Amino acid sequence: MSTQKTKRAEPSKPKLAVFKFASCDGCQLSLLDAEEALLDVAGAVEIAYFVEARDRRLSGPYDVTLVEGSISTPEQAREIREIRRQSKYLIAIGACATAGGIQALRNWRDVDEFINIVYAHPQYIDTLATSVPISDYVQVDFELRGCPINKHQLLEVITSLLIGRQPRTPTHSVCIECKRRATPCIMVTQGTACLGPVTQAGCGAICPAYNRGCYGCYGPMEAPNTESLGLHLQTLGMGADEISRLYRGFSGYAEAFRLASDRFEEVTA
Amino acid sequence: MTELTPDIGAYVSIDKEALESIFRGLKQEGYTLIGPTLGEGAIVYDEIDGMDDLPIGWTDRQEAATYRLHRRDDQAVFGYVVGPHSWKRFLFPPVQKLMTIRKQNGSFSVEPHVEEPPRYAFIGVRGCELQAIHIQDRVFLGGPYQDPDYKARRQLAFVLAVNCTEPGATCFCASMDTGPKAGPGFDLGLTELDDVFVIEVGSEMGRRIMSGVRWRPAGAFELQTMRERLTQAEKSMGRHMDISDLPALLYQNLEHPRWDQVAERCLSCANCTMVCPTCFCSDVQEVSDLLGETNERVRVWDSCFSLQFSHVHGGNIRPHVRSRYRQWMTHKLASWVDQFGTLGCVGCGRCITWCPVGIDITEEITAIRGEV
Amino acid sequence: MLDFMNPSTLSETMSRTYPMLMHPARITRIREEAYAIATYELAFEDESVRLSYHFQPGQFNMLYLPGIGEAPISLSSDPAQPGVMGHTIRYAGNVTQAIGRLQVGDVIGVRGPYGQPWPIDQLRGQDVCIVTGGIGLAPLRPVIYAILQQRQDFGRVFLLYGARTPADMLYTDEFEAWEKRDIRVLQTVDRAAPTWKGHVGVVPMLFYHIRLDPRKTVVLTCGPEIMMHFVIYEALARRIPKERIFVSLERNMKCGIGLCGHCQLGPTFVCKDGPVYPYAAIEPFFAVEDF
Repeated sequence: MSTQKTKRAEPSKPKLAVFKFASCDGCQLSLLDAEEALLDVAGAVEIAYFVEARDRRLSGPYDVTLVEGSISTPEQAREIREIRRQSKYLIAIGACATAGGIQALRNWRDVDEFINIVYAHPQYIDTLATSVPISDYVQVDFELRGCPINKHQLLEVITSLLIGRQPRTPTHSVCIECKRRATPCIMVTQGTACLGPVTQAGCGAICPAYNRGCYGCYGPMEAPNTESLGLHLQTLGMGADEISRLYRGFSGYAEAFRLASDRFEEVTA
Repeated sequence: MTELTPDIGAYVSIDKEALESIFRGLKQEGYTLIGPTLGEGAIVYDEIDGMDDLPIGWTDRQEAATYRLHRRDDQAVFGYVVGPHSWKRFLFPPVQKLMTIRKQNGSFSVEPHVEEPPRYAFIGVRGCELQAIHIQDRVFLGGPYQDPDYKARRQLAFVLAVNCTEPGATCFCASMDTGPKAGPGFDLGLTELDDVFVIEVGSEMGRRIMSGVRWRPAGAFELQTMRERLTQAEKSMGRHMDISDLPALLYQNLEHPRWDQVAERCLSCANCTMVCPTCFCSDVQEVSDLLGETNERVRVWDSCFSLQFSHVHGGNIRPHVRSRYRQWMTHKLASWVDQFGTLGCVGCGRCITWCPVGIDITEEITAIRGEV
Repeated sequence: MLDFMNPSTLSETMSRTYPMLMHPARITRIREEAYAIATYELAFEDESVRLSYHFQPGQFNMLYLPGIGEAPISLSSDPAQPGVMGHTIRYAGNVTQAIGRLQVGDVIGVRGPYGQPWPIDQLRGQDVCIVTGGIGLAPLRPVIYAILQQRQDFGRVFLLYGARTPADMLYTDEFEAWEKRDIRVLQTVDRAAPTWKGHVGVVPMLFYHIRLDPRKTVVLTCGPEIMMHFVIYEALARRIPKERIFVSLERNMKCGIGLCGHCQLGPTFVCKDGPVYPYAAIEPFFAVEDF
């Protein structure tokens, strides 16, 4: 049963859309920041909806949709379901869209209390009790982590879609990137608390190179040992409450970090 | 300046300032000097210009998961041990472009990445590190396939070894028989005494460099002092590892409960493999333009601690930290012997110092021996 | 110290013939074998590469697609015709799925062959029992071709072959020809329609339908590791010494040349010391969970 496959028709350019929910716009800016590569992207795909970049707004369906931001209002919850229906391939980009973002800190508290304190007219505020990742509402095809996302990783994801393969983004620790760029471990040389050993790589290990511990922006790595790191940070003199707060950063609501922060909070209590 | 050139094997002594003329000679021979220098919180290996760039008067204090710089109360030039970097960074770079593949006319072209190999002079290679280089020689050059990039860099490299007279707290080279005196294979082998350097000439290139240096035959007292210091160093190792029956010990204990215990602490962050001077695992990444027209294949350091490392269709061979730590340690201390005829550990202590949670390979061996 | 430091080899310094460079090869034929499995026949574009290429049964090539990457794939074709490299591929990962989108005339990068082959010479004068499941038959088909080349040199030959369903079996249109040349083919499936004439059940059970002479039988097996464990069990139970049981293993082979470390199994690298091993060589490690 020898076969000769028939040539497929040349496909038209895929339609790309970029949407945003509760977020700061920083991840979309990573795409604009791609400079010359952005022109290649514009040549390879039809940018159908990208408010940050252009006025033209084409309706769906879209081949690839990038979604920035977390879901934090009833309206957003409705909107993301519609976007999902319009999108063949939906990618959540950034810590907000993949883990709820820094605004997910409110998930540990009573939102109504915040609203009453912050707003002069709380009755105008229509919000959900929690800020959660896109995947809590709809099926997500790929999650690109980071706060903000790394433009090289974003281009890798777009490239992989255009070429037709799985995106290659590492799931190992930040430490591997950190050592590749030859930064001496600041936890070892200075006793600086660093989430690098439990955080997923992708940022290029920027913070340790500038003498700051990793904030965990890229969320938990594959099988992170948050317990062991936390216990070690205690031997460096950190209190359990501080460790809990350290885990509760930009990706603090991601499961492994959330559980770790809760555990060290319990120790404090 | 003496017109004489010392013989290979000769011990000569030079004033400490004369190290500068060794550096000058190396630069005249076209070498780029790579040596210890003060980096961010640690003594690192980087390009140096002369003696001023060396961490003169500095030392390091190391323990499991701790490294601190301190001022010495003397002006010792090499008064510290090994830091976070190793020479593998320069012989086996962490990121190395291998080739470029371009699609054309329905086929593609393959163009190897060719660059003039750097001509490095490594300044201050310790005994453990020299052995680590020899081990990587076996890995990259001893099998049926050789790594051409490593080979080119290695053939050109000049090695100025430094014998350790003050081992650190995580050092155990004496257990591994790799130091404190650097073994053969250096071009020049230096021992720092109070006022002079005693230098053993190890190669023709070493001779040539020394011909431009003001030297005198080492005196009997200097040689005596050198030997005493090295003997003393051997006795003052911060760590010890009993290597007797090592491959067998680990092969017989692949299900030892200690693996579970270490897995509770291990972060699988891969720092130990990154700082290890013999770890050689790598991955090749495909870096493409948007349409896959031009593609680079780039080799990067990889680690057996990552989950993806052992990925096959249907899952990962080593899904648990327990199995990954076991893989790393049994490779270093058992299967390395089967593969390369030598242990994969040189006793430099980096994995102990730079493990963020201070897991100590010597302690793990002791535990598996059932001695704790 | 190694001889590379010898100055006579210094001239090689600039010759960067890199062992990881691949050569373009054209797809000359695609044969659908089963669901999501097809055999791709490849021929190097460069004639000198084509003419100098030879492989032995059990070896593999690294196949490359620009923009996608590389994957190790066994050679499944006749080693007597090395100009045609057959690779039976299941569309599973990035590379194989992308190969699945290619057509005759398209180009794939190839480097190889790599790895230790099945011990054909050791099989001469012996009975040969090939035990395999699913796509595991692919790296063993060249053994069958090699045996057929000089059938009289070998004793009795058995092929014990299993798949999930009859439709998942590879190369079934060749079985008749093989049987004509006195290769006894026993087939089993996990599930089948009532029309199925073969056995139903797991592959190792087929051992109960043949009689092996432990003094002169060599067992070759390739398939899922769990299957191979039971094949080894059945073979040992029939007093076949572990030196004459050969297994072909799968690991994450990235470089294919023993330099990248990914495919390590105990004291070996599967790409260089395997994928074919005498069971005796890996026995202490093969049974260790997650090793």
